[in-house]
Amino acid sequence: MTDLAPDQGGEAARRRPRRWHILVFLAPTVIIYTAVMILPLIETLRQSFFNVVDGEHVFVGFANFATLFGDPRWAADFWNALGNNFIFFLIHMAVQNPIGIALAALLSLPGLRFAAFYRTAFFLPTLLSFVIVGFIWKLILSPIWGVAPWLMDLVGMKALFGPWLGKSGSALIAVSLVSVWQFIGIPMMLIYAALLNIPEEVIEAAEIDGVTGWGQFFKIKLPLILPAIGIISILTFVGNFNAFDLVYTMQGALAGPDKTTDILGTFLYRTFFGFQLQLGDQSMGATIATIMFLIILTGVCIYLFGIQRRIRRYQF
Amino acid sequence: MSKARQSTLRTSLVHVALIAYTLVALFPVFLTIINSFKSKQAIFGQPLRLPGPSTFSLIGYETVLKQGDFVTYFQNSTIVTVVSIFLVLLFGAMAAFALAEYRFRGNTLMGLYLAIGIMIPIRLGTVALLQGMVATGLVNTLTALILVYTAQGLPLAVFILSEFMRTVSDDLKNAGRIDGLSEYAIFFRLVLPLVRPAMATVAVFTMIPIWNDLWFPLILAPSESTKTVTLGAQLFIGQFVTNWNAVLAALSLAIFPVLILYVIFSRQLIRGITSGAVK
Repeated sequence: MTDLAPDQGGEAARRRPRRWHILVFLAPTVIIYTAVMILPLIETLRQSFFNVVDGEHVFVGFANFATLFGDPRWAADFWNALGNNFIFFLIHMAVQNPIGIALAALLSLPGLRFAAFYRTAFFLPTLLSFVIVGFIWKLILSPIWGVAPWLMDLVGMKALFGPWLGKSGSALIAVSLVSVWQFIGIPMMLIYAALLNIPEEVIEAAEIDGVTGWGQFFKIKLPLILPAIGIISILTFVGNFNAFDLVYTMQGALAGPDKTTDILGTFLYRTFFGFQLQLGDQSMGATIATIMFLIILTGVCIYLFGIQRRIRRYQF
Repeated sequence: MSKARQSTLRTSLVHVALIAYTLVALFPVFLTIINSFKSKQAIFGQPLRLPGPSTFSLIGYETVLKQGDFVTYFQNSTIVTVVSIFLVLLFGAMAAFALAEYRFRGNTLMGLYLAIGIMIPIRLGTVALLQGMVATGLVNTLTALILVYTAQGLPLAVFILSEFMRTVSDDLKNAGRIDGLSEYAIFFRLVLPLVRPAMATVAVFTMIPIWNDLWFPLILAPSESTKTVTLGAQLFIGQFVTNWNAVLAALSLAIFPVLILYVIFSRQLIRGITSGAVK
């Protein structure tokens, strides 16, 4: 791939036969990236076709996948984790991105005071580690401390409070919303940047035509920031189907209660690394990682070939 | 007149909405920090009051500093983050320069190859990565973490930096060549100083996920001497889960470095995002 012969050929080739510096500039990145990222990824995909039979590492074809989808115990866990992961993703798409877009729209209003302060505040949770975010919210939502019931009392909804993280019906929604709280800064910033890049003339022209306020946002600005919305959607997708940390810190590796908050990341962790009584199983771990890879790859391809190409880009 | 009043009303409504979300964003952090300075009784009795003379207590911080080995954890996190960022910036800039500056066969292909890593998370290769680290004896070393984070940070760094390097004027570089500078000197002495703002942006983007990562420290380097702050805090809180003073103090200690870094770098970060570094 890094054939260093110059592409001009002929005379140029005789003048500079080998440009070693290109190799020197590229080598460290290519070596580390290939050795630590690409090869382990390929090796993991390869191992999903192998398993240990009678103490020997043998090729088993699609047997691991058959176990994952066919064995009722594995299949139940897998579909549960996949379903939860989709709910996790849908909550992000339905809550995080619209609120992020709305905040960005408000922040980009011309002449808004304290915009820098608001921006800093909204982005702060994104910088905190999962451990901090997870535990802070665990404490706040804890019925023992009583901060959440007290807050709900302020708005007259104390009766609605429940130990959400401990109840199987609400735990996944609660964890998803905490994750939304943490990551809202990313869509907000990217949309904010896209809104700032809309040229003044376009807005002025709209104002002369009497398009202002809500109408201006929906008819003029929203179509112009569609590419940025595409980007935040795919970033959310990849991030969510690769998520692990927040569920692990809030609900533990078993993703309780009763695995109702189990997503693919925690399922992969328990499977390949083992947890408590469960022994680590590298082959099944590789199989799950392969499925996650295919899911993420499908999402990225849909984005690259289905969405990104169809979105009209406006050149200013 | 009525139009002016209407627009004042609109501005106030906008501020009400923004302040409301500011409270949502900051309240949990604020709550944690104020309660970390209170006695246990006050934490439960009046969780929302600021610490007063009668409720002020540093017992939580004392427990954390006595029990946890936070100085080591902090050191580990700093070493891993700083070395990884340095390698990502150096190697990333070199590769970005090669891709942006020279036309050679496979240039586009190489760009695409490196771009895979922007979208596909390195975590998916963890199974083989752990085996590889065990085989090379790197498990439970900071080197393992540094290698992984460098590989993880490089794709986006190359992508962003090569965009910026394309904007460096050719005349300048050619003038350097005529003056007899080697390609290395052109890179290190002419181009690197010019893309410094972009490097700062990349540094911030690289730093956040490394400092906050839990997955790789948990799997590749969980030993006592190689724990990072994130993993250390996680385990400490797990052990002291009923000691609320200690938990709140540990959380506050973990927040402070991030807060300080954010104050230092927030302008750079926001400028980087709004200038389109991550399009």
